[in-house]
Order: sequence, then C-alpha cells, then structure tokens
Amino acid sequence: MLEWRPRREPSRLMRALSPLIAIALTMLLGMIVFTAMGYDGFHAVGSIFVTPFAEPQRWADIGVKAAPLVMIAIGLAIGFRANVWNIGAEGQYIMGAVAGTGVALATYDMTGWWILPAMALAGILGGMAWAAIPALLRVRLQVSEILTSLMLTYVAVQLLYFLVRGPWKDPDGFNFPQTRMFTADQTLPTMMEGSLVHLGIPVALLIALVAWLLMEKTTAGYAVKVVGLAPAAARHGGFSAARTTWATMLLSGGLAGLAGLFEAAGPFGQLTPQFPVGYGFTAIIVAFLGRLDPLGIVFGGIVLAATYVGGEIAQSTIRLPQAATGMFQALLLFMLLATDVLVRWRLVWKRRAAP
Amino acid sequence: MTSAILVSIVMTLVAASTPLLLAALGELVAEKTGVLNLGVEGMMLCGAVAGFAVAFSTGSTGLGLLAAALAGMAASMVFAVLALSLAANQVATGLALTIFGIGASSLIGAGFVGRTIPRLGPVFPPALSEHPWLRMIFGHDILVYLSLALVLGVSLFLRRTRPGLILRAVGENDASAHAIGYPVIAIRYAAVAFGGALAGLGGAYFSLALTPMWAERLTAGRGWIALALVVFSAWKPGRLLLGAYLFGAVMTLELQAKAAGISWLAPEVLAMAPYLATVAVLTMMSLGRRSGRLDAPACLGKPFSAS
Amino acid sequence: MNQPREQEMPPRLALAHISKSFPGVKANEDISLSVRPGEIHALLGENGAGKSTLVKIIYGVQQADEGTIAWNGTPVSIPSPKAARKLGIGMVFQHFSLFDAMTVIENIALGLDEAVDRETLKREVAGVLQSYSLPLDPEREVHTLSVGERQRIEIVRCLLQKPKLLIMDEPTSVLTPQEVERLFATLRQIASEGCAILYISHKLHEIKALCDSATILRAGRVVATCDPKAETTKRMAELMIGAELRKIEHGTQTQAGAARLAVNGLSLPGDPPFGTDLREVSFEARAGEILGIAGVAGNGQAELLTALSGERLAERPEAVRLDGKAVGREDAGARRALGLACVPEERNGHAAVPDFSLADNGILTARHRLPLAPHGLISGGAVRRFADGVIKLFDVRTTGNAATARSLSGGNLQKFIMGREIGQAPAVLVVAQPTWGVDAGAAAAIRQQLVDLAAKGSAVVVISQDLDELLELADRLCVINEGRLSAPRPVASLGIDEIGLMMGGVHGAADGVEAAHA
Repeated sequence: MLEWRPRREPSRLMRALSPLIAIALTMLLGMIVFTAMGYDGFHAVGSIFVTPFAEPQRWADIGVKAAPLVMIAIGLAIGFRANVWNIGAEGQYIMGAVAGTGVALATYDMTGWWILPAMALAGILGGMAWAAIPALLRVRLQVSEILTSLMLTYVAVQLLYFLVRGPWKDPDGFNFPQTRMFTADQTLPTMMEGSLVHLGIPVALLIALVAWLLMEKTTAGYAVKVVGLAPAAARHGGFSAARTTWATMLLSGGLAGLAGLFEAAGPFGQLTPQFPVGYGFTAIIVAFLGRLDPLGIVFGGIVLAATYVGGEIAQSTIRLPQAATGMFQALLLFMLLATDVLVRWRLVWKRRAAP
Repeated sequence: MTSAILVSIVMTLVAASTPLLLAALGELVAEKTGVLNLGVEGMMLCGAVAGFAVAFSTGSTGLGLLAAALAGMAASMVFAVLALSLAANQVATGLALTIFGIGASSLIGAGFVGRTIPRLGPVFPPALSEHPWLRMIFGHDILVYLSLALVLGVSLFLRRTRPGLILRAVGENDASAHAIGYPVIAIRYAAVAFGGALAGLGGAYFSLALTPMWAERLTAGRGWIALALVVFSAWKPGRLLLGAYLFGAVMTLELQAKAAGISWLAPEVLAMAPYLATVAVLTMMSLGRRSGRLDAPACLGKPFSAS
Repeated sequence: MNQPREQEMPPRLALAHISKSFPGVKANEDISLSVRPGEIHALLGENGAGKSTLVKIIYGVQQADEGTIAWNGTPVSIPSPKAARKLGIGMVFQHFSLFDAMTVIENIALGLDEAVDRETLKREVAGVLQSYSLPLDPEREVHTLSVGERQRIEIVRCLLQKPKLLIMDEPTSVLTPQEVERLFATLRQIASEGCAILYISHKLHEIKALCDSATILRAGRVVATCDPKAETTKRMAELMIGAELRKIEHGTQTQAGAARLAVNGLSLPGDPPFGTDLREVSFEARAGEILGIAGVAGNGQAELLTALSGERLAERPEAVRLDGKAVGREDAGARRALGLACVPEERNGHAAVPDFSLADNGILTARHRLPLAPHGLISGGAVRRFADGVIKLFDVRTTGNAATARSLSGGNLQKFIMGREIGQAPAVLVVAQPTWGVDAGAAAAIRQQLVDLAAKGSAVVVISQDLDELLELADRLCVINEGRLSAPRPVASLGIDEIGLMMGGVHGAADGVEAAHA
C-alpha cells in the first residue's frame, strides 16, 4: 500500500526537480486533453513545448517575450516571498508604458540620448505609483492588496483606452485608436540586425542576477523572507513588515513598469488598445515555475515565452486556437502546485500491519 | 413616462446584481469554513461557457443552468484537491483557477462566438411579468428568485441549524473542530463545491440571461468584485444582499448615464467605476473596523492538515 | 488481586503492548496499563515521555501501530474520537478545543455527537453546573472567559455525555492553586460516582494528593507502576527523570547591583482581538539578580514580553530604561544593539523561523551585537561559525547548522534559542518559559546558564507559569494578574499559598475596596 509520509526536512532535490516533473505532467495531460477535444494532441504539445527550442530562428522571439516576463516575475516573486500578493502587475505594466509614452509624446520633436532613459525612469515611476496605492492601503488600513491591485488593473486598462482613443490619439493616424509611432531616440536599440532582440534582454538578465544577490546575500533579502515565513519572528528580530511591504510593492511595480515601457518602446513602438497581452498574469506562473528564485525565474520565463511562441506555431500548423496557450499555462501552474507536495512529503511503500 | 424609466432602471439593477449575489454568496459559505478561493472569476467563466454550450446544443436553458452549476463545481474541485488535500497555498491555487478558467472557457467557447440563444425568460405568466409596473416584482427570471431565496436559506442555515454551527466552527478554529472529531477537510470540500456551483450559476447569468451569447472573458472581473463583496458583507448574508445591489447600481451607471443623456463623461471613466468603487468600499470597510477583526473567520486562508 | 469481586469486574480500560512511532521517534513502546471504575489513575512522565501520544490513541485521535485496547474486558478498536465517546470516553485536552468567537452553549453543542435542541441543552447544562457546583455563564462568548472557566466548558461537555472514563491531559498547568483545589474536588466527585479517571501530569505533589495509582512513563516506555500515596515524591521523580536529581549551584550570593532594566508605569492596550491590556507595570531588574514573574497564562505575559523586546513600542521613552537610557520608543533592533535580549514563549514562528536553518536563525537576533552581516551583507562564514558555537556549547542535538528549526525537538530548539541569546552576553535577558518542553537534564543546564549569566552581572527576568521553577531560580518574585504587576518580594520570604493568592488576583485587595466604595 502506498502511503504519504511527511518529511522531516523539505527535500532540496525535489525542490529542484518538481518544476521539471510539473512540465512533464503538463505535457502528458495536455496531450490527453487536446486529443480528447479532437485536436492532434501529440503535435499540439510538440509545437508548444519542443518546436520553439528546436528551431534556432525562434530563439530571438523567445528572448523578446521572456524579457518582460522575467522582469515582472522577479518583482512579483520577491513580493510573494514576503507574503505580499501583488497580482495587479498587469496594471503596473500598463501604467509604466503609459507614463513612458507620456514622456515620449512630450519629447516628440526633440532629439538626444537622454530621452530614452527619461522614458525608462518615467516607466519605473509609473509602475511604482500604481503599486503604491495597494501598498498604502495595506500598510495603513490592512486592506487586502490582492483585491485592490487587481481592481486597479481594470482601471489601468480603461485609462489606456481613454488615452489612445482620446487625448493621445495620433493626429495623422486616420482616426485609429493609437498613439504616434515613437522616434528613433524613443525606441530601444536592437541588439542584432534585423531582429526584435532589444536591450531589454540583457537588462532582464542583469536584474535577475542582482535580485538573486539581494535575496541570498543581504539582510534586505533576509528581511523579505522572514516577514513572509514568520511575521512574529520578523518583529522579534527587529524587521519592519510595513517597510518590507512598501519595498516589495514598489520594487514589483517599478519592474513591471519598466517591462511595460520596454515593450512599448520595443516591439510595439507606440501604444494601442492591444497593448495589454497578459504578461502581468503570466508572470505569476513564471514566478512559481522559477520557485520564486530570481535565477529559477530566468528558466521559467524562457519556458513560458516558448509556450507563447509555440502557441503561435500551433495556430498555423494544426489550427489550435490561441486560447490553448492559456490553457497550457494554467495547467502548468496547477501541476506546479500539485508537485510541490513532493517537497514536503514522500511516498513510501508500507505493508499493511497484520490484524 | 418617468415611471417607465424607473421600472427599467429597477429591472437592469436586478439583472446586474444577481450574478454578483450568486457568486458572492457561494464564496461567503466557502470562506465561512476558512477557505479563501480566489478562483471565483475562473469558476464563473467555466459556468458561463458550459451553460451556453449546453443550452445552445440542447436548446434547453434549464439543462444549461444545470451544466453551469456542475461546471463551476467541477472547477472548484480542482481547487479543493490542490488547496485542501495537498495543502497548497490557497492564494496561488485560486489565482491558478482563475487563469485556468479564462483559458479553458476561451478554448471551449471558441466555437460558439457569434451564436445566440433565446434569453432566459421570466418565471411568471405575461399578465404579471409584462405588467407595466408589477414586472418590477414579477418580471424576473428564475435565478433572481433563486438568489434571493438562497440568501434567506444560507442565513438561516448558518445561524439556526446545527450543520451551520459546525460549518462556522470549522472556519473559526479548524484544529479544535478536528480535535472534537468533525471532518474538517470534508466539510470544506462541501462548502467549496457549493461555492463553485453558485459561481457557475452566476457566470451562466451572463451568457444565458444578460447577453444570451458567448464572448471571451464575458464576466469582466465580476468574480473579483464578488470576492470584495464578501469582505464588505462582514460575512453576513443579509449585508451581502445589500452590497450586491449597491454594486449592481454602480455597474449600471454606464447604462443609466446613457439613458439620461449624459455624454460629457467618457465611457471609459464609467467603465472604471465599479472597480474604483470596490477599492473605495474595501478601504471604507477597513476604516470602519479599526478595533479587532472579529468578523472574518479566524482560519480564513490557512491550510489545514490533520496530523 | 485476590479479591473475587475484582476478578468479576474487568478493568474499565486495559491497554496491552501499545506501540506507536513517528518519523524519527518512537513515541510509545510496548505500553500496558489498566484503569478500574472509580479509580483516579495517574499517567506520569516528563514532557516528551509519550503521555500525549498514548491518550490520543485511547481517545481515537491517533491509531496505535501495535497492541490492543480492551474496554470492560472486551477488545475494541477506537478509530475516531467519535467512537471513543460512543464507548463512554471523555477527554479534556491540555489545549482546549474551543471556539473563541462563539458562546459557551454553542461550544458545548459543538462538543456533542447528537443534535440536542437548544432548550433541552440549556436545561441539561444548568443541571450539570448545579450538581457539580461549577460557576459558568452559558451565554458568554468564550474569549471573555478565564482559563479556568474555559476548562469548565470542556468538563461540562464531557459530563453531559455521562462518561465512564474521563481523560484529563495536564489540566492544572494553566490554573491557579485555588482553581486546582476546586478542580480536584470536582474530579473526586466524578470518580465517586463510578467514573474512571486517567490523569496525565508531570506534577508529583498533585498526583500524590489526587491519584489512587500511577503509571510512570519515560522515553515512551513504562518504567514503573506504583501507589503514589505510598511512594515518596523523590523516588517518583527519579523514576520519571531516570537520573539522580541535580541541584542548581547558586555560587556565592552576590549583592544585587544597580538597576539595569527599569520599567516605569508601562501601559499598553492588548493585542486585538483578545489580548490583555498592560496597566501601569513598573519594576526594576538589577545587575546580578534573577527576577521572577509568576502568573496564570493569559494575564499579560505575552504583552509584557513584546513591550520589553521592542516589538511593541511604549507611549513614552521613559517607560522602559536600559542601563539608564530611555528606550521605550526604540524598536527591537535598537534595543538589542544596546544589550536587551528577549526569548518569547512561542519558539517556532516567534523566537525562530521554522523553515530557516539554524545558521539563518542565528542572524535573526544576533546580527545587532555580532558581526554577522556588516553593512547589510550577510557573512556566511561568520553566521555558520556562530551557529556551530551555540550548538556545541549548549549541546543542541541536530544534524548540523543547516538543519531547519522545524526539524528539532522542542527542547533542542529551546536550547539553541537560549544559547543564541546568552551567547551574545546581553546586559538584560528577558525569557518566558525557559524550560517548557525541555527534558530534565537540559532544563537543569538552562537554569544553570541563567544563574551564571546573572552572576556575571547581567539582569535576568524569567516569566513563567511554573512556580517550582521560579522558586528555585529567582531572587525576587512578582506576580502578573490581568495586566497588573505586583511589587516584587524576596523569594525567601514567600509561602506558596501567598503566591497562589496573588496569582488569583486577591492581592489586589484595593480593587475590592474600590468596588465597595463605588
């Protein structure tokens, strides 16, 4: 008879392995579900999880999509570890892009190297400002940041619609609801000729490294972990939960804002109503796939980016609907949460005791 | 003519409030046992798409409603297995359920976009349901009356019955309830399933009654507002009824404004209103209870394992 | 044994060869015991001897790996507490199974297996309260009750089921001496009506006073069965502990020096929702002395500790002075840097982070006084060396500094935490329940460390519910009751009755006078 037994210590091996087990289970389950739904399940899974890695011409695309996911997920993960559940990164991402675009529209007829850094700064501040609202409400009034940060995402989306349909509409844009295209000084430099690979990718990697050092080697990172794991012990040790909440909310808001600005000043080159693609939500999955560890998140970001790329491939090759990508991503998160049980428990074979 | 406008305002108000009330009431029962299921939006979407698909395929709205309740319940069971049996983090699992609901409903609904079905009709005969002003009372569909009856039923159940007492006890102190010998996990499963069924019906209200059609993310965040409503209600069904109708009113602002001929306000600002109102209400609730937090179930959101 | 009547009447409960293991420990090994109707039978043993596991098996909370249970001579299996109650077993847990936000009557209703309508239940409860003369208001919400009253709810709950065996798990650890007397009277009355009682405790004088027979457990095994009225306390203690009793060496009695910690008129509202307010607490702890603070659980001990540690700030800086410096508005980190170390009662989650390694738990409170994280950068080597030092010096049984706090037994974790604080050579050490859950050998070692720390010129404040411990350790003793602290008195001048009265609040005779005037 198989029986679950609690482990005395969490398993380090399982902590590392469980994301891989979750991916394998997701592929298996996905294959079954999509076959049952009448699609070619084997090829669906293949196109989504394998093809993007197998074809080198897709790698640039993976990188471009992974960069914002990694940046947002790192901020979220640090918050999650402090038990700060900012799930409104999508809104902060939008507001970062909006703030940066504001700078871009104001500097439309100017040139100079300083314009892009100014936009980036505005993006960070925009995301931070949007995250500051739930932070303030939680620290001062104990309002759950889960609901407020999410509600503000819907507000941000409407604000974006309002701006691109109204005051920020391109005067030469045939009445399309979108802003002007950014100028050369307002666009991220590309790293490779003829591709979309932009400055965001090395920046995301650098952020991951710095965040890892912060979490593992400094008392600031220690504070985040203590506040999340044992609030009473944190107070006892002289760490302030309020300060940690502020810091993690502003950090995650700032990173989401920067990611939004990079997306606006990179692949989009303007703001349109299609700008919110859900990176802020997908980043939650990335954070968990990376086990809330900044270096793990780089891996998680690449996997989730590949599912976007693969989803597009599957759309054209086997006519899989676009929504299938979202299904795979959600299945992956379910499997991650389920396999987490292996870290805390182990399966043992137990013979039934004689009656 | 103003009375006609008044009647139509009441009708839209009731229609906008009902799905909120259904979903929030289900969540309230789940939270009373100490389970925080953030997957309401996902369960609503599952219910919405299943209800529409079955009603469209069979031509029966009744079967559609049944399918919606079952779909919401099935989705809630995924949450229950992870969060209750495997003791996974409830916040993360609830989020996963919402992301899953969005993906699954879009995928299933892809084939139904643009199709229409007959709207869920009123319960009472036309003499009453189409009467110029009596229709304010008799002109609603079955889910409206069901939601009101459920508020009364849940309220009595929680306050007056022994199973209700046990249910509250599980949310108040799971360890004690377990020590006495109550099956904590099983009771939570049942409450989560009830919450899932009601969320499914709430979702189906969008696809069968409000706008008898399917579109991606049809519920537009109402599941999250339902969660906020539970906080607003201080976990009391009566106050939940009040809250749901208040929010229904906010949500119909856009329509009301159009009807009243207000055009200077951008439609986007009106569309923001329910979400801003939610933030404002949550803030006011916190301002109002600076001393202690006796109203929330003491074990809300905490995982329990019986060993 | 020779009497024919006893042969006719099988024991109410007979356990034979019960064993139960958990990962890493054998909690019970080959345990046999029997209890007759009308007998009060003691289950005696130290914390961790396996008493709690054994009664959980009897009450159906856990299942034995091996062994049999006989009820009135018939073998039975007890798969759940419900099954236990069906047989006629009632249990009052050490940690009450109560629901704070609900009323007494609702709590009692929840403890019953069948639905009883409200009016009938009210009548039955009133009947039980009267026949055992237990004062309790059925309509009060539980969080407004004293610990003794809460225990009465549990007892009433059991008595309503007309039990044939009543299990009491460490029932007196939270009671004042007067409440203990009242409880004993109730228990004797219950036994005289033919109910068997299994009384779990580690307090020898109680067992001598109450019980007819005793089974002594050590490290999960039965070491002796005896008549506690015939056996000496010393002999039972040695059986329980398994070693000759050790005495604390107080060294040469030094003259108490200047006040190192001075608290003056400290008032703080209790933690919501059910905390106790601190009211005008004043005391001094002097260099070289151990000041004991006695009191029944829940009278403001937790609030006092967090107010001293800096987890909650006083209204005025002068309310707390450390070596003369006003620190009432300084946070926990600043107070530690100045030399004020605290050990709260709750180890996992308050004094230590359960999921952190011991090395990382060192950083939690030692980083202010030791160079573990200069300029905010954690020095891994220094952190591990500090943890290794504590583990070695305080004999912490663990796999090493990488073991999580959660994986340690309660006693070993307590040794680590005490070592972490004492290892920083604090000016003042405030410690709550220093030896709770620690085995006798380690407890003696911890007490010795406290005495030695005081001897070196630090001031030590010990907050404890264990009067014996305080009388052994402290130079002066005061009592906390409903958030008020009595004036300290030299231990040598106090009798146990006097302390008991102080704990029960009778010392605040002023209250009575005021009430009379009002």
